[in-house]
Formats: sequence, C-alpha cells, structure tokens
Amino acid sequence: MKKAEQKNINKNLLKTQTGIQGFDELTNGGLPAGRPTLVCGGAGCGKTLFGMEFLVRGATQFNEPGVFMSFEETNEELIKNVSSLGFDLEGLIIQKKIALDHVHIERSEIEETGEYDLEGLFIRLGYAIDSIGAKRVVLDTIESLFAGLPNQLILRAELRRLFRWLKEKEVTAIITGERGDETLTRQGLEEYVSDCVILLDHRVTEQTSTRRLRVVKYRGSIHGTNEYPFLIDESGFSVLPVTSLGLKHIVSNERISSGIPVLDNMLEGKGYYRGSTVLVSGTSGVGKTSIAAHFAEAACKRGERVLYFCFEESPNQLMRNMLSIGIKLEPWVRKGLLQFQATRPTFYGLEMHLAVTHKAVNTFKPDIVILDPINTFVIGDKEFEVKTMLMRIVDFLKANLITALFTSLTSGESAIESSDVGISSLIDTWLLLRDIELNGERNRGMYVLKSRGMANSNQIREFILTDHGVELREVYIGKRGVLTGSARIAQEAFETAEVLTRKNDIERIKREIERKRKALEARISTLRADFESEESEAVKILETEKEMIKRLEQDKIEMAVSRKADIKKQRRT
Amino acid sequence: MKGISIMGTKEEKQVREATDKWVLRLYVAGQTPKALTAFTNLKKICEEQLDGKYSIEVIDLLVNPQLGNEDQILALPTLVRKLPVPVRKIIGDLSNTERVLVGLDLLPDS
Repeated sequence: MKKAEQKNINKNLLKTQTGIQGFDELTNGGLPAGRPTLVCGGAGCGKTLFGMEFLVRGATQFNEPGVFMSFEETNEELIKNVSSLGFDLEGLIIQKKIALDHVHIERSEIEETGEYDLEGLFIRLGYAIDSIGAKRVVLDTIESLFAGLPNQLILRAELRRLFRWLKEKEVTAIITGERGDETLTRQGLEEYVSDCVILLDHRVTEQTSTRRLRVVKYRGSIHGTNEYPFLIDESGFSVLPVTSLGLKHIVSNERISSGIPVLDNMLEGKGYYRGSTVLVSGTSGVGKTSIAAHFAEAACKRGERVLYFCFEESPNQLMRNMLSIGIKLEPWVRKGLLQFQATRPTFYGLEMHLAVTHKAVNTFKPDIVILDPINTFVIGDKEFEVKTMLMRIVDFLKANLITALFTSLTSGESAIESSDVGISSLIDTWLLLRDIELNGERNRGMYVLKSRGMANSNQIREFILTDHGVELREVYIGKRGVLTGSARIAQEAFETAEVLTRKNDIERIKREIERKRKALEARISTLRADFESEESEAVKILETEKEMIKRLEQDKIEMAVSRKADIKKQRRT
Repeated sequence: MKGISIMGTKEEKQVREATDKWVLRLYVAGQTPKALTAFTNLKKICEEQLDGKYSIEVIDLLVNPQLGNEDQILALPTLVRKLPVPVRKIIGDLSNTERVLVGLDLLPDS
C-alpha cells in the first residue's frame, strides 16, 4: 500500500521514506526503493546512526522490517549505543522487526588457499532477510572486509555481485563507507553503488563543529544539492532543509502588546503584529533584555507560550535581574508557559544553533520566540553566515506565525542604524535604544526606527528602568537639544516655576484691576454724594426763592388790602 | 554432500575429549566445483598428514544457513580447525597445499 501511494507521487522512481526528520523532504520522498544507497563520511559523522535510524523508523513507522549487518560493532554494543537515542532495538529484535548480524573477521585467523567467493556472506544476509521478511538492509561498514580479506580482486568482484544481488532482492539498502583522502570512500565503493550517494560531514570552523549532509548523487530524482546541517540528539537524526520556505508565509493582522503601554502607544496604540519580527538594538546596558522580558511576561499573561533563548545569561540570573525591575518570570516557567534555552553561542556551530532552534520550536510550539542577543553569533568574519542563519530562523518562525523578538548589541562607534549583523532588511519592527550623554550624565533614549505596516510614532522617548518595569517618558527637544535625566528634571522644575510665576502675575493683575475698580467706584460715590448735597442745596434755595416770591405777592396783596384797593379786580388780572 | 558428514555431535564430544584428534569443519554452499575441489584437497592432506586421527564435518550453508554465524563464515569454501585450539580458518579451495599446512600448523618443525 505504501508503495502504491508512493507511485502516485513519483512515477519515475519509487522511494522509500526514511522517517528521518527533514531528510525525506530534502530528497522528495526518501531513498531509492529497492536500491542500495551509499552513505559516506569521516569517522564519527553519524553514518551508523543514519543507517540505524533508517531501520528503526522503517520498522516502527512504515512496517518495513530491516537487517543491520555490522562489520564493526557487536550486537550488544549496537543495542547499547542506540538506546541512548531512545531506540529499543532489543524489543524490535524480539518482535522480529529488526535483525542484527555482527560479522567479524580476524585477519590473523584467516589463511587464503586458492579460489573462494563470498557466498557465505550472501547466505547469511539472505537468511537474515528471509527470516524477518526484511525490506531494508544496512551494511555498516562493509569496507572492513578489505582489512580482513587479502585478495582485493575477489573482494571487488564479490562486492559488485553483492550490490547486484541486493537489487535483485528488492531491498532498500544503505551501505556505509569511510571517507577517503581523494575519493568519497577509501575503497572506492562509489563505483559499485551508483544510484544514490549521501555525504555526511563533520566540520570544525572557529573551534565549533557542525554536522552537514549533502546528497552528492541521486540518479533519476531531483534533490537539494546544498549542504544541509543536521543534528544528532536524544531523539535521533534531524536534517534541516535550508531555505525552501521562500516568502509565501501567511500574515496576521492581529496585534499583540509589547508589555509596555507607552511603547504600544508608539505603535499605533496596539503593539506589534503577530508573526512579525522585532529587533531591539542598542549599546550595552541600555535595557534590551528588559524590553524582551516585558514582552515575555505580557505574552505569558495572555496565556501564550514563550521560548526564550538566552545566549549570555543563565536563566536564573536573568530571572533575578528582571525581578529587580518588577518583572516576575519565574511563575510562568513553573506553569510551563515560559521556557528558557540557555547555551553559549560558541557551544555549537551556527547550523547547529539553527537546528537546535528548529527542534526546540517544534517541540515546545511557542507563540513567541526571543533570541537574546543575536550578535554574539558573530565571532570572526562570519557575518554572511550569521545573516543566512538568521534569515532561515526568521523564515521558519514566520512560516509558523510565531512572533520573534531579537536583541542586538551595537558597538558604540559603528553607525547605530546599521545593526552589525546586517539583518535590518529582515526586521519588521525595529526599536532602537541609545545612550544620550549630556551634562555628565548617561541616559537612555528609545525610538521606533521602523515598523512595517503601521504609522508609528517618530518621537524619541526617554527610557527609564524603575522597580516596576520600564517607563517611557517624553524627552525635551528644544534649542538646547534633547534633554534627559536630571537635565530633563531641571527643565521640568524650571517650567513648573515659570508656570507658577505666570499664575502669580495673573493674580496680581486681577487684584490691581479690582483695586482700581474699587477706587473708581469710591470716587464715583463721592462725586454722587457731592452732587446730591449740592442738588439738595439747590432745591432748598429754589424752595426758599419760591417762598420769597409767594411772600412778596402775599405782601403785595396785603398791601393792597391795607390800601383798600380793588382786590377782586387785581386778583382777576 | 550431506552424506559426507562424518561426525555427529555426540561423537564430536568424544573426539574433543581425546586431545590428539583433529576436528575440522568445511563450510560450503552446494556442490560447486570449488567445494568439491576443496573437499578432495582436504581429504588428501588429512590422509597424508593426520593418519586417521581426524574428523571432517561438511556443512552446507544452502541447507542450514543459520550455521554460518557461529564460525563467522563469509568466504566459501572455508575450512575451520575447531580442534586443536586455537581456532584457525582457511579460506579457498585448499589447492595450495603448503598454505593449507601453514594454516593448520602442520608444517614440519612447527
């Protein structure tokens, strides 16, 4: 049924899924079915493990039993070695899903006398295959035969026959080979196994080692040709497809808080976009980690999962330090919402970091990933590699709609806007923290350098670390430049004083006016009083005058009466 | 080929007890020319060198494939000297008598 499914996918060549993480994607479906594949590489590069995982996954996931023929390790050693990877070989052997066969040749015990062939090996392998109905076979490392059997002519002829025989048996086989100086394998096995060749590599650059895998050859199939980093850890092999993602990821319009209200306000009052990539860069000691911790805390409060990679501090130190500014991360760790991954960047190679990140993200399934800081990766002249790695991380996180926050340390001298890892083009929201040195003080300023898809504030804010977290204050920008710290406080005091003076002035003027009005009113009332007294005087005079006139007339009449004049006549007139 | 098997397991035990006996095993896969040559050569060498104090067991892996693991058989034909110890293996059709004698520690003065 499996084969029928595969046939639909690829009509040209049947493929056998290995079940090894990432490898099947890389090769469009796995190894060529029913054919031998050569896996070669230097000592300790993981050849045996690759073969073993191929068998174990086949037995457990694809119901394809397998035979492991070991020319180096004994069965007991093998069982022990792979149990550290969580493979229960013994159980699978009992269930007849895997058969181990240790082939041991001691050169000193063997004497060659005339013609022979390796039919014995064929019979043993054939017997093992038939006893469990194996579909998969691993021969690890068949080159050991060259050390045990002196007659190379016979051996080479027999190997050729062996690989042909494996094809006839229709088993998918992995043959491992030690890497030679000039050739892929010491004994030139690639001559015989020509369908698919996989090269494993364990390289050390700048004292850090990286495992890489490359498909050198895959007859009749397209395959990735790059070198792919891979990882061997407690759950086996995982290969990392490099940049197959492209720019097709879905985007979200959802906004999530940065954990700092003022910062949210600077970003349209809503915060970052979900699934965006945020970079916090700045010189040392400006509070990059604090911003990251705020973000982590806010996310945990929303019930989201946060994966925090710290490359400089231990989780405990980080939690203690954040406690001093009032951010409590420890409860979230206990609740399982926050997970720290602390490793020195120099501990692994870059690809290993990438692989570790992938793995951690795939297992923990976080909503938010924090890398603090990213530029510690840059050791020596590896900027390009670092950039590609980060690009891969960014692509990977975006594809999973995970919001990422990176912090980056910029050195004081270099142009602050060009973050030294040169990843600005990958970043959606970039917060820049910088020192502002003024009046013998060193203060922190923060602004949003860019934020794709939102109308962000262009203001520089003063960035203050308090015992209850990060505070962002407006700074004074005037004739005397940006004022921060005590200069800002002085400016604030000055302004308060000025306001107070103004207020006093207003009061004074008000009182003055009041006084003047009162004075005016007083004068008005005096005048009125004067006028009134004069008026009453005048009235009195007038009355007196009238009285006088009356009196005079009376007197006239009385005079006339006394003179016996014709009063009536006179009265009529 | 099966008929050639001379010693059963019971007898083999007895033989092991008798230290002067040689126990030899010849692994083959079917009656191939190489297998027949090897058997003929072995028989001849034993007759000449061991004077009847030997037993030869021929194991055909086509019939009993599981028997190959015990003696770590890869090449065929293989002659295994089980006794006297230490175990020695001689591969090939045994046509080079001198090398067979070296392999079996049967060279004079040794």
